[in-house]
Amino acid sequence: MAKFGVVVFPGSNGDQDLLLAIQDVIGEEAEYVSHRATDLSEYDVILLPGGFSYGDYLRCGAIAKSSPVMEAVKQFASEGKLVFGTCNGFQILTETGLLPGVLLNNTSLKFICAMQPLKVKNNQTMFTNEYEQDEIITLPIAHGEGNYYCDNATLKELKENNQIIFTYEKTNPNGSAEDIAGITNKEGNIIGLMPHPERAMEDLLGSSDGKKLFQSIVNHLRKVTA
Amino acid sequence: MFKVRVYVNYKASILDPQAAVIEGAIKRLGENGVSDIRVGKVFDFVIKADSKQDAEAKVDKISDNLLANPNMESYDFTVTEVN
Repeated sequence: MAKFGVVVFPGSNGDQDLLLAIQDVIGEEAEYVSHRATDLSEYDVILLPGGFSYGDYLRCGAIAKSSPVMEAVKQFASEGKLVFGTCNGFQILTETGLLPGVLLNNTSLKFICAMQPLKVKNNQTMFTNEYEQDEIITLPIAHGEGNYYCDNATLKELKENNQIIFTYEKTNPNGSAEDIAGITNKEGNIIGLMPHPERAMEDLLGSSDGKKLFQSIVNHLRKVTA
Repeated sequence: MFKVRVYVNYKASILDPQAAVIEGAIKRLGENGVSDIRVGKVFDFVIKADSKQDAEAKVDKISDNLLANPNMESYDFTVTEVN
């Protein structure tokens, strides 16, 4: 059985959604991890939730960078273990330098909360192996600073290494470069995305397309431990 | 002791949508001669250091690591000795 750790920062508000998505829908073990934790060795996957860590003071994700747990997350990731960040979790991953680029204000300057169609641009990853290549899925978004930006050299690298995993389909809600909604690091064991797969786990919620992302993680872990 | 003021601003290549909105509002006030607004941040603090050079090195490190995100922001600072 895979063990998921959900990091709780002061200001996290998507932590419970993640915990219940794993426990109730995916049926794997999950527990909360304090932002003060320094040892993550008992976990197979670390999840960084959405919300407003440290009130988004200074810049979104900037203060979380200096939480003790982020040193442990860096260590965890350097061992090739899986790290997933959604929304504020994505912002924290870029601020920490675990993912390239940065999330700017939405070009509209509005906070957007909507169901958003996405395209699966790369289904050959630890996080997307359950999806079809180029599959169009629907996940909810809820963010004010989701406009992914990086310099041209980084963008070129992201494309060359197939690190762009999800793109916005039909409309780009926040002005992100190349319609980017989610990327991985070069090694492919860290993913950050603005949409919330953990809030699309059952048809009752308007979409169950998020389920395949967590199921992909479980598939991957089964494969490597088999 | 040194008194420090750090200015953090978006890099010129980064779209500053807040500034665009403010520029529009200034025009609505009837003032048409304003352009190139950038919305930045100012940090004032006091730092202990052995010399001005030492203070500047510390401030540079703090700015680069925390106060600014070098992906999108640039920074500048002044350091003044105080008693």
